[in-house]
Amino acid sequence: MRSFQSMLNYFPEEVLEHIFDFLTSHRDRNAVSLVCKSWFAVERLSREKVFIGNCYAISPERLIARFPRVRSLTLKGKPHFADFNLVPHDWGGFVQPWIESMVKDGVNLEELRLKRMLVSDESLELLSKFFPNFKSLVLVSCDGFSTDGLAAIASNCRFLRELDLQENEVEDRRGQWLSCFPDSCTSLVSLNFACLKGEVNLAALERLVARCRNLRSLRVNHTVPLDALQRILLQAPQLVDLGTGSFVHDPETCNKLETGMPKCTSITSLSGFLEVAACCLPAVYTICSHLTSLNLSYAPGIFSKELVKLICHCNKLERLLVLDTIGDEGLGVVALTCKELQELRVFPSDPYGVGNAVVTEEGLVAISAGCRKLDSILYFCQQMTNAALIMVAKNCPNFIRFRLCTLNPTVPDAVTMQPLDEGFGAIVKSCKGLKRLSVSGLLTDLLFHYIGRYAEQLEMLSIAFAGNSDQGMLYVLNGCKKLKKLEIRDSPFGNEALLADVGKYETMRSLWMSSCEVTLGACKTLAQKMPRLNVEVINESGGDQTEASVDDKVEKMYLYRTLVGPRKDAPDFVWTL
Amino acid sequence: MAKYSSLGLETELTLALPGGGGGGDPSGSMETKQKKRVFFEFSGEESKVVSKNQVVGWPPVCSYRRKNSFSGEERTKMYVKVSMDGAPFLRKIDLSAHEGYSGLIMALEKLFGCYGIGEGDNNEYVPIYEDKDGDWMLVGDVPWQMFSGSCKRLRIMKRLDAKGIKLHAKDLLKGISIEA
Repeated sequence: MRSFQSMLNYFPEEVLEHIFDFLTSHRDRNAVSLVCKSWFAVERLSREKVFIGNCYAISPERLIARFPRVRSLTLKGKPHFADFNLVPHDWGGFVQPWIESMVKDGVNLEELRLKRMLVSDESLELLSKFFPNFKSLVLVSCDGFSTDGLAAIASNCRFLRELDLQENEVEDRRGQWLSCFPDSCTSLVSLNFACLKGEVNLAALERLVARCRNLRSLRVNHTVPLDALQRILLQAPQLVDLGTGSFVHDPETCNKLETGMPKCTSITSLSGFLEVAACCLPAVYTICSHLTSLNLSYAPGIFSKELVKLICHCNKLERLLVLDTIGDEGLGVVALTCKELQELRVFPSDPYGVGNAVVTEEGLVAISAGCRKLDSILYFCQQMTNAALIMVAKNCPNFIRFRLCTLNPTVPDAVTMQPLDEGFGAIVKSCKGLKRLSVSGLLTDLLFHYIGRYAEQLEMLSIAFAGNSDQGMLYVLNGCKKLKKLEIRDSPFGNEALLADVGKYETMRSLWMSSCEVTLGACKTLAQKMPRLNVEVINESGGDQTEASVDDKVEKMYLYRTLVGPRKDAPDFVWTL
Repeated sequence: MAKYSSLGLETELTLALPGGGGGGDPSGSMETKQKKRVFFEFSGEESKVVSKNQVVGWPPVCSYRRKNSFSGEERTKMYVKVSMDGAPFLRKIDLSAHEGYSGLIMALEKLFGCYGIGEGDNNEYVPIYEDKDGDWMLVGDVPWQMFSGSCKRLRIMKRLDAKGIKLHAKDLLKGISIEA
């Protein structure tokens, strides 16, 4: 052993670095850093891509100190439940301090990927002006910026390859941000502005597409009409990923599109259809047979019949996002056609109305029977049964992500009226590689017993309106050794569960509990015992921390491990205990 | 299922938000550890549509998606004519551009450059609409989706003209905060 050890010590750093280059996953690189001091040193100086799952777990200064050669940074801000309006808008997650710090230390930033962060126009301007090699900006579910910020990016980033805006709230300032791409800009590979509300200069867009010969991915917003899209496609037959704008137009344009489409043989990913006239859909039938990804989930205007006509051409599909307007029957067609399907998401189109657009357990079972390669599902449904879930578990043991959401959060098995414990239990028992699970429906502590017992690889769990007692949460905390994120709302878990194993939380990224039975006193106790956790209480009803009693139930609590102590940018309504 | 108030009396569950209000449990006994989801159970029946409307963040669909793909309508744009008593010409407004009554009223007020549309007594105008059956209805009685689905045209009527009619539903438009 000793000679082997010495052999390793003589390994030149350059060789180590070269070997580490092959490690693309940040988890692998993290693991490698733990081996010994010299590996830690080599690794940290060679790491270019850094992933930070919680922007408050570390500070920008410490990041740069450890990884001075960082070129690509991924940051996530608000907790996941912020997506559902459970977190006040200005809770935090500002990117500004990160950018300022990187500017100050001369980081050669090339790529920035943000999720649920607050991004200001000022941040975007700094980004565009101080990182001359900046190439890629990906913003997902962010807000705080306007088209002025985008104009700065377009104007100043000379080598921009990627501008990808997904589901952001962007203030439209009516400026012509797209026209700000200079004529010299030919480097774009990916441009996605589907979430923008305002108009763009169509002529500028067409010219931009024409001169960016490497453009692979283009997703336009709803203001781009079909005729403009048709002209763009003529300029960019090399496109691989297309997001259409408004798919509504006269038959003549539809015909033009239909004749033009076959030339786009490279398109494998299709999305958009933000406003759609069903009569125009046949224009895309010719490309359907090479599609691997199809997102129709923003097209409430397409109903089951038309959806099915489209989908029955898509036999290579690996990823499908649709609305529940597809119906169980439509899902049956998917099951027959899409044998390569790996990921399916079915979103609700009309959750409060009296509409008849709905999917049930039947659709899910059909999919599981037909699509054996399925490993990721998000399914919003009217009803569910244990029998169906048991069947699904048997058909598809390869689930990595399984998220089921019943429109009524506490609905029991539609046939037996029993809790859905056995159904979800079957899923966790069968799917040994399950990493992410969201449960809903009538659920008791028994389900959590199953989860704790069988879900060995589980990293993220979302619970709502479920369980009977603290025991439920305890099963999960004690059983799921790889748990990273736990988010719970409206469930009867309280202090006993919260405080049973305080050390557990340092092995996790974060815990969210809202409308549960946890009291302020317990949160304070936890904060006191665990200095390397930030325990934050969100108190929206005003009032001071000193006025509140320790027996008061806490409406929203978010705790996360951190190396840098309480954050200094917390607004008044966030109490860090 | 019943909830025990601080007086130890059984009370019926109300349509309150889960976790909100409710009498404090005097003895802190385990007996009253209610399932939060019990809120939805009305004597064991399936919960009604109404209760869904009152839960923040359910179903868990991100707000971007809520704004862009929720629709009970086949048409994506729903332009209806709006007439205002005293105005020389009509306008058109897109119902699908609004998520609820408050948005609609604000837009109407902007459109005609006036304030005071609503059915409270201090408002000069009352909004009414013609539905699929050809009947003129008071705006605000039914859930927004139902309204926008059946509204064929709008009329902003002078309150004085509606004097004879008793407008019962108090503060319907003011009170509606969660539309869709």
